[in-house]
Amino acid sequence: MSQETLRIQKISGHAGTVAGEGTQREYTICKLIDTTTCIGCKACEVACMEWNDLPFGETIFGNTYQTMPETRWNYWNLILFNEHEREDGSLMWLMRKNQCMHCADPGCLAACPSDGAIVQYTNGIVDFQQANCIGCGYCITGCPFDIPKLNPQTKRVFKCTLCTDRVGEGLEPACIKSCPTGCLHFGSKDDMLDLAEKRAKQLRDHSNYPNAGVYDPKGVGGTSVVYVLHDAANPELYGGLPKDPHIPWSVKLWKGPLKWLGNVAMVGGLIGLFVHYLRFGPKDRDEEEMKAETKS
Amino acid sequence: MTNGWVDIKNTDMMLIMGGNPAENHPCGFKWAIEAKRNRNAKIISVDPRFTRTSSVADLFCQIRAGSDIAFLGGVINYAIENNRIAKDYLVNFTNAAFVVKNDFKLPGDTDGVFSGFDAGKHTYDRASWNYAAAGGAANAGAPGAPAPLPEKVDYDLTLQNPNCVFQLLKKHYSRYTPEMVERITGIPKDQFLKAAEMYTSIRKDGDMKMAGTIIYAVGWTQHSFGTQIIRTAAMLQLLLGNVGRAGGGVNALRGHSNIQGATDMAGLFDTLPGYLKVPTPGDASFDAWMKRATPTSSKPAPWDSWNYYGNTPKFTVSLLKAMYGDAATKQNGWAFDYLPKVDRDYSWTHLWDDMYNGTVKGMLAFGMNGVAIGPDSNKNIDALKKAEWLVVGEIYPDETSEFWKSPRVIAQGDMKQIQTTVYRLPCAGFAEKDGSFTNSARWLLWKNAAVPMPGDCRLDHGIVAQIFLKVRDLYKKDGGKFPDPIMNLTWNYSDRLNPPLAEVLKEMNGKALADLEDPATKQQIKAGQQLPGFAWLKDDGTTSCGIWIYAGSFTEAGNQTARRDPSDPSGMGVHPGWGWSWPANRRVLYNRASCDVDGKPWDPSRRQVWWNETTQKWVGNDVPDFKADSHPKDHMGPFIMNPEGVGRIFAPLGAFADGPFPEHYEPIESPIVNPLHAGQSTNPMVTRFKDADDKFGTTKDGFNVVCTTFRLTEHYHYWTKNNPMNVQLVPEPFIEMAAEMADEMGIRGGEHVKVSSARGEYIAKAMVTKRIKSMMIDGKKTYQIGIPFHWGYRGIAEDEGKTARNLVNSLTHTAADPNAHTPEFKGFLVKVEKV
Repeated sequence: MSQETLRIQKISGHAGTVAGEGTQREYTICKLIDTTTCIGCKACEVACMEWNDLPFGETIFGNTYQTMPETRWNYWNLILFNEHEREDGSLMWLMRKNQCMHCADPGCLAACPSDGAIVQYTNGIVDFQQANCIGCGYCITGCPFDIPKLNPQTKRVFKCTLCTDRVGEGLEPACIKSCPTGCLHFGSKDDMLDLAEKRAKQLRDHSNYPNAGVYDPKGVGGTSVVYVLHDAANPELYGGLPKDPHIPWSVKLWKGPLKWLGNVAMVGGLIGLFVHYLRFGPKDRDEEEMKAETKS
Repeated sequence: MTNGWVDIKNTDMMLIMGGNPAENHPCGFKWAIEAKRNRNAKIISVDPRFTRTSSVADLFCQIRAGSDIAFLGGVINYAIENNRIAKDYLVNFTNAAFVVKNDFKLPGDTDGVFSGFDAGKHTYDRASWNYAAAGGAANAGAPGAPAPLPEKVDYDLTLQNPNCVFQLLKKHYSRYTPEMVERITGIPKDQFLKAAEMYTSIRKDGDMKMAGTIIYAVGWTQHSFGTQIIRTAAMLQLLLGNVGRAGGGVNALRGHSNIQGATDMAGLFDTLPGYLKVPTPGDASFDAWMKRATPTSSKPAPWDSWNYYGNTPKFTVSLLKAMYGDAATKQNGWAFDYLPKVDRDYSWTHLWDDMYNGTVKGMLAFGMNGVAIGPDSNKNIDALKKAEWLVVGEIYPDETSEFWKSPRVIAQGDMKQIQTTVYRLPCAGFAEKDGSFTNSARWLLWKNAAVPMPGDCRLDHGIVAQIFLKVRDLYKKDGGKFPDPIMNLTWNYSDRLNPPLAEVLKEMNGKALADLEDPATKQQIKAGQQLPGFAWLKDDGTTSCGIWIYAGSFTEAGNQTARRDPSDPSGMGVHPGWGWSWPANRRVLYNRASCDVDGKPWDPSRRQVWWNETTQKWVGNDVPDFKADSHPKDHMGPFIMNPEGVGRIFAPLGAFADGPFPEHYEPIESPIVNPLHAGQSTNPMVTRFKDADDKFGTTKDGFNVVCTTFRLTEHYHYWTKNNPMNVQLVPEPFIEMAAEMADEMGIRGGEHVKVSSARGEYIAKAMVTKRIKSMMIDGKKTYQIGIPFHWGYRGIAEDEGKTARNLVNSLTHTAADPNAHTPEFKGFLVKVEKV
C-alpha cells in the first residue's frame, strides 16, 4: 500500500470528470473481520479512539456489554454484542465489530450533493472531507449500514476513515494492529477473500456451523470490509447486518435517471438547501440534539 | 503453568474451566485461537456463566460454582470406564502401579472422610496415607515421628492389585457417575457426557499422538477445596498422558503481570524464595531443618529417581549466603537462628483476623487494595479501625487508604472514634519503573521505565529500602534484643536508598564466592562471577543465590531476561532467545514425559526432547527437564521433583491436608447437602474463623441463590475505575442474572437490585441475560448470579454519585482452603431483591 493507492476515483456532488475514474483498482485493500474468533475485547475500539484522537464520551449502562447503542460521530468503531439461541438450545454470543464498510458502490457518496465532501480512493477507501461537508445528512440516508453520524455542534458528518493516514504510509489500520486474537486481518481484497473463504470452509467442515460463510454484499458492489460469519444465511443476527444491502431507491433515482438535475449546480444547491431546511428546520438546537451531544 | 502461553498453539483440545481467558487474558488467548485455526483444536468451556471464552468454544457447560471436583471426577470415571487412558504412560510415569498401605480407607467407605480422621479435633492422622513397602517391610521412621515414604515401594505393573493406586482411583471415582455429576453440578447428563467424550477423544483407541490442555485461573483456586480441584485436573492429565507434552499440561493463568514472580519470591508465609520450606519451631538446628525439608527417594526397586529436591541444602545454604554474606557460616548453621520460625498459619485471612483481634498493630499495603479485595471487606474495615497505623503505597486514592470514610463507617457514625494513623504514599506505576515481570508461563521479561514518575512519587522498593535502613540505624543507635538479622543483612547496592533492580536480579541469580570447577567438564568459574545455573550451587558456602530457580537469569553473559530474539527454530513456540524462563530456560516442565519409555517422542511431529543413542544424551528443541545422561533403560522417572520420580495420582502423607485423592465437598455456603455423604457435606479441614464478623448463611435463612464474582476485560482490578477510557467502555457496576429469574422477580435490565449475604449487601443494576440459566441441583431449581468486582467507593463513577459506592467483597466470606489458604470467593449464598 502506498500514497499511490490514494488517488481519487470518485467524488461526491462533482460535475465533470474525475481523474482516477475507471482506473483499475490494482491495490484494493480490505479488512477481514472473523466474527468467529472475535472475543469482543474492545481493543479495536480503544485503538480507534487513541489513533484518531477522539475524545472520551459519557456512556450509560444498557443491559449489555456493548459500549453504546450505536456508533457516534466521535466513536467510529463499535463491537455489537448479541445473544442468540440456536434451535438445539445452545447459546451464541455474537460479537461483530461494526464500522464503515467502505462499499465499492458507496451510497453515502452517491447521495452527497456537496462537491468533494466524500471521495473514494483507488484503493477502495471511502473518505469524508469535512471541510467540504455541508451537514445536509444525505449520506446518512444513503448509507445502508447506518454508519455516518452528524456532529450536531459543527454540523459535519464523520465516520471511520479506514485509517487513511496510516494506510497511505504502508501501515495497517489501528484496529487491526491492536487485535489480540488476530480475528482482524488486512491486505488486498483478493487475499482477504481467499483467507475468509478458507476460514468459512474450516468452520463448515470442523465446527458445528454448516452455514458459515463470507459477507461481501454485492448490492453495494462488494465492500472493503468483509466478515466471516458463523451463520451467513442470517446476517441480521449480528446486530442487524443487512442481508442484501443496497443504495436506497431515492438516492439511486437522484443519482441515476435524474443525474442531469444534479449537474445543474445552482438547482442542486437550492434543493440541497431546501431539503436541509426540511430535515433540520431553522438553525435552532432542540433538546434531542443537546442530549445527543457528548461530553469531551 | 507446566507449559506456557505460546505452547497452547500446539494443542488439540482445551478444557477451560475455572478461568475465562478470553475475558481476562485476551492477549494470551491468541494462542488458543491459533490452535483452533491451525489445528482444528476444540475448546470446552465449563463455567457458571456463558462467558467471552464460551462464545468461541465448541462446547459450553453451565456448572454450579463450587462443583468442579464432581465434574472432573466424572471425567476421570468416564476415561477409565471407556478405556481412554494412556496405559504405558500411566504405568511407567505415574504412581498408578504403587501399592498403598492396607489400612488406607476411601471416603466412600468411611462416611465422607479418609482414614485417620479425628472428628473431635478435625485433624487427620495421615500414617495410612502411604505406600506399602516392598516385601512387607515396616517403614522405618524416627521414634514418635510419622513414618516417611518407604525407600522401596511395593508395586504391581499389571495394575490389578486391589490396593494399587490405579484400582483405588477407579474405585474412588466410580461413584462419580454421570447421574451423580448431574445432581451435583447441574450439568444435564447428556451435556456432561458430550464434554467427557470430547475431552477424552484425544485418547481414542489408545492413540498417544494428540495432546489436551487444561487451562484454569482463580475460578478454581478460590474455594474451600481449591487446591484439590487443581489436583483433580493434574490427575486427569496424568491419566491421559498429557503432562510434559507440547499442547498439554496443567496451566494456571495468573491474574497480574507479575503474580507468578511474587509467588516465586515467597509471597506466601510458608515458603522461602524458590518454594523452599520455611523452618518451624520444631527445627532445633540447621541440620534438623534440612533433614525434615529434604526428601529421600521412594520408588520401586528396579526404577531410578533423581529426587532433585535432594539438593535442598545447596539451594538453602546459597540463599542464606545471599541474605547474610560472611555472617552466614558453617559454624552458625548458615545464620539459621536469624530466620523466623513459622509456628502457624499466617496467611491473608489470618493477618486480617489478627488485626481484627488486636494482635497485628499496623500494615504496610503495597500493590494491593486490601479492603476491596477482601474477602469480607467489612471485617477488613473493622480490623483497620483497630490498627494503630496503616501505610498505603498507591497510584490512586483507594478504598484501603480511605477505609475510614467508607459508606458503612459513615452510616455507623463512628468515624471520629477511629484512631488509626494513615500514611498514603504516592508510588510509581508499572510503566514508571524498570524490572522484570514473571508471567504465567514462568518467563521472566525485563522492561524499561517508559515514562518518568510524576510529582513526588517514589519507587515501592525504595520506600521499603529506606524503612529498612532507618530501622537498622535505630538498632545501631539504640541497640535491641536481637539485632543480628537486621545488622548483618547484605545490602551491597550502588544506590542503597533505591536499589537498582538489575542489581537485585543479579543477586537473585547468584554468584561464586570462591573459584569453582565442574569435575565432569573442567569448566571453571572464578570467585565473584555470576553463576550459569543452579547446577553449580553448593552447600559449603562457596556460592550465593537469592532464589535457586532464577539461577541463569543474569549470568556473565548479561541480563538474560532482557533478550528479545523472536526466532523459533523448531516452530513449536519455544523461542529460546526471548526473555528467560525458570527453571534453566526450560519452556515445558517434565518434558521427558513427551517421550515413551525408550526415549522416543509420542508424537514425532511435535518433538520436544528425545534420547540420542549416539551421544548417549537427552537433547531437543527445548531444554530437557531431566538428567542429561540417564539412559532410558535405567527407568528414571520424568517427574524429577517428586521423590518417587513419577507423577502422583495418589498424593501420600502430608502432601495435602485434606486427602490423597480429591473428594467433592460442598462449598461452605451451599444450596444442598452433599449427595455423596450427607454426614460430611463440606471440607472437614477447612479454615474458619469465629469472630462476630464471620457470619455464614443458609438456605433456611433465605440465602438460596448461588453467587460468584468475576472480572471484565474492560477493567483492571480496582484501578481502572479511575481511568476515563475504561469507564467509557463499562461505566457502571452490574449484576448478571438469568432472564428467567428476572422475569419471576419482575426485574428489568437496568433496574437496581440488592444482593445480600450473611455479611453484607451490594446494590447495582441488573444485567438480565440468557447467558445464565436456572439449574436443577439435586432436584432443586437453583439460580446463580455473577457480579464483576471492579467498583468501590472511590473512582470516576463513584465520585460522581453514579453507583451505590459498595464493594462486592462485602458479600464474600473468610473460610479458606486448608492447603493454599485461599478464601472461598466463588460460590457462596445470597438473596436477591428488587430495590
